[in-house]
Amino acid sequence: MQTRPILSTLRHHKLTAGLLMLQVAFTLAIVCNVMHMIVGRIERIGVPTGIAENELATIPSTAIDKAANHRAQLAADLATLRAVPGVRAAAAVSYSLPLNRNEDTQGICPSKEALDRAIQRNSIDGSGCMEPSIYDGTLGLVDTLGLHLVEGRDFQQGDYVADGKPVVAIVTRALAQHLYPGKPALGQSMYDGDRFIRVVGIVDSLLRPELRTPGVDNDSMILPQAPDGASARYVLRSAPQDRQRVLAAATAALWKVNPNRIINPARVQTYSQIRAAYFQRDTTMIGLLIASALGLLFVTALGIAGLANFWVQQRTRSIGIRRAIGATHHDILRYFQDENFLIVTAGVVPGVLLAIGLNLLLMTRYELPRLPLWYLPIGALVLWVLGQLSVLSPALRAAAVPPVVATRSV
Amino acid sequence: MFGYYLDLALHGLKRNRALTALMVLAIALGIGASMTTLTVLHVLAGDPLPGRSGSLYYPQIDPRDSLGYVPGKTEPLDQLSWIDGMNLLQARRADRQALMTGGNVAIQPDHSTLDPFYESARYTTVDFFAMFGVPFKYGHAWGEADDAAHARVAVISSQLNDKLFGGGDSTGKPLRLSGAMFRVVGVIGDWNPNPHFYDLNRKSYNENEGVYLPLSTSQDLGMTHDGGVDCWGNGGGGNTPDHNSPCVWLQFWVQLDSPAKVAAYEAFLVGYSRQQKELGRFGRPPNIKLRDVMQWLDYNQVVPDDVRLQNGLAFGFLLVCLVNTVGLMLAKFLRRSGELGVRRALGASKRSLFAQLLIEAGVVGLVGGIGGLLLALVGLWLVRRQPASYAALAHLDPTMLLATFLLALGASLLAGLLPAWRACQIAPALQLKSN
Repeated sequence: MQTRPILSTLRHHKLTAGLLMLQVAFTLAIVCNVMHMIVGRIERIGVPTGIAENELATIPSTAIDKAANHRAQLAADLATLRAVPGVRAAAAVSYSLPLNRNEDTQGICPSKEALDRAIQRNSIDGSGCMEPSIYDGTLGLVDTLGLHLVEGRDFQQGDYVADGKPVVAIVTRALAQHLYPGKPALGQSMYDGDRFIRVVGIVDSLLRPELRTPGVDNDSMILPQAPDGASARYVLRSAPQDRQRVLAAATAALWKVNPNRIINPARVQTYSQIRAAYFQRDTTMIGLLIASALGLLFVTALGIAGLANFWVQQRTRSIGIRRAIGATHHDILRYFQDENFLIVTAGVVPGVLLAIGLNLLLMTRYELPRLPLWYLPIGALVLWVLGQLSVLSPALRAAAVPPVVATRSV
Repeated sequence: MFGYYLDLALHGLKRNRALTALMVLAIALGIGASMTTLTVLHVLAGDPLPGRSGSLYYPQIDPRDSLGYVPGKTEPLDQLSWIDGMNLLQARRADRQALMTGGNVAIQPDHSTLDPFYESARYTTVDFFAMFGVPFKYGHAWGEADDAAHARVAVISSQLNDKLFGGGDSTGKPLRLSGAMFRVVGVIGDWNPNPHFYDLNRKSYNENEGVYLPLSTSQDLGMTHDGGVDCWGNGGGGNTPDHNSPCVWLQFWVQLDSPAKVAAYEAFLVGYSRQQKELGRFGRPPNIKLRDVMQWLDYNQVVPDDVRLQNGLAFGFLLVCLVNTVGLMLAKFLRRSGELGVRRALGASKRSLFAQLLIEAGVVGLVGGIGGLLLALVGLWLVRRQPASYAALAHLDPTMLLATFLLALGASLLAGLLPAWRACQIAPALQLKSN
């Protein structure tokens, strides 16, 4: 590359070259951070829930008559649902399911001493106590949801106590490790402030109804407890392609058993719909972020092409002279490409600093994670390629200038 | 002179159409993106009750035990417990006051064509309607006597009235709510404050209740509570706490018409907290806040972070578009060095050249503004198609329309300053010689 003549030419166009540089720098800074946000959101919406997502569907039902025997109704409803063709398993939960935003949490400690520590410190942090999401449901919930039991056993009929609170629980592997680091959690007794709850089983994972931070998103606990009020949410498992048909048939069957209830049609959903609704904002944001990154690159490409065009027109005469004294097509083409490369490079350097600065700002204002440094060379590469692509057409036009132009007066 | 400059500007813009089109496109894209997000932000951060919000206040007190209390730092609770709510309501120290909470009621229509359905409800004392300036289409609010008598009366929204009674005057008609018979006393007209400032525990936007009942009646009938519940100490849990448990779940709004009354009310809250501490109910020294509507919305950060982020992103985009326009404009003006040199040589001052070039920039800005407006309309249409709760509110109002053109014009003039200045520095003799 012949840098000297290019630099001395650019010295006459300081302002224009500077502006181009500035534009490259801004674009790099924004595009790097936008890419980072896109990747973050994509990771977020891909989080596994631990349940058989594409085989599940739910129907919420609330009895209008408050005095009715809800327990008997629940048993009758479940029997009806299991008889619907296509239903492989059915269970009822009070309201919580992963990612459905209906959350019930409770402080739970690995031992009574840990609770005393928490009270002493006036905070749950550092005491060993955790704040898991609490799930409940009828017998057969673990199978219906398709949870993967890695240790211990599933609930049995005897675990369901008629009155009072259950004394056993199934926890996720994450919660087990957080409560009892380095120890086997199975068989341990957790303490919740007024009773001990024994861990009888450990499932691989079960995501919370509402996400917090990735470290504690899988801290969940299932209690053997059937919904005891007027409302219940039925969970049906079927073949993925059967779900819509099963939902319609099951709703009709429920109406038939007892019409004195409210079933909100907007909440009769497959699990995929629950998941899509939870991440709807993120999906929108991903679309917007991609659109804005492409828009920025487009505008920058237009700017580069526009200015390169201007320079070619302005220098037609000197190009003609160069051609007349022996420069080839190729030399002229290379000249403009090299010039563009230099300008973009000069913009990349402040751009990298701006990108880091912008990331620091976003980290404090929007709690975004730190920008991994390898985004920067990728962003720079994108801009180099973009620069070369947008300068290509003007540069080809320059290379096509015939030497005879040198002999003309204008 | 202006007409002549405009003529010159249009002539100049026609000279290099590709560059002009690029500049207009860059400005239109930048303006379109930033106006779309700015309009959404403007709608979301708007005043829910213009004219009234300045005199509405939300008293907060702190009835918790002393555990975890950091003087000056710990914020008081966001809601009230039943006992405190009743005490403050009955003290009647404000011009108007209303104690309320949210809920869901099952509506069982008489005619069998409609299945029973849930409707969100507001259980409130009667000042709600007068204090928030709720307009009535038919009938009126219930009276204070109804609050005291736990009367089975209801006010419904016009949407619910359309659904149940075909939009006619339904006052006096019976309505079965969660198994109990009520009488409709009023139908609310067009009233939909956004954000839903008086209870932010549910959706913050586009959440208008269909049914309004006296708070006392809702408690008699044990109607379902829906909203935030925050308990402390050995408080019970559950979504519908009983009246004696140490849980907060009620909202309390007061109207205070003068600064003196605001100060007096603050003093009253301090006094109340102190008295309750002496009685042993409160474990903390007086910790109160009295925020008005806008302060309350600000404290609760109702505008979603994503919307702010989008707005920042759009303005970053506008910045790049502007830098782009500056570069293109510079190229365009410098290309005309010859022409400018001739005009200088013929006696035009630097100032008049500068003015001429800025007018050219302004024309680019106006055309770009029109393009940006069209893009913003498309952008807002796309926003409205989103399922987010605030989506339906995203409309361009006259203020934002004006802002679009001001932004476009300002941005293009700003972008034109540097190129115009640079073009005026050309020595006329040099230009005349070289050509």
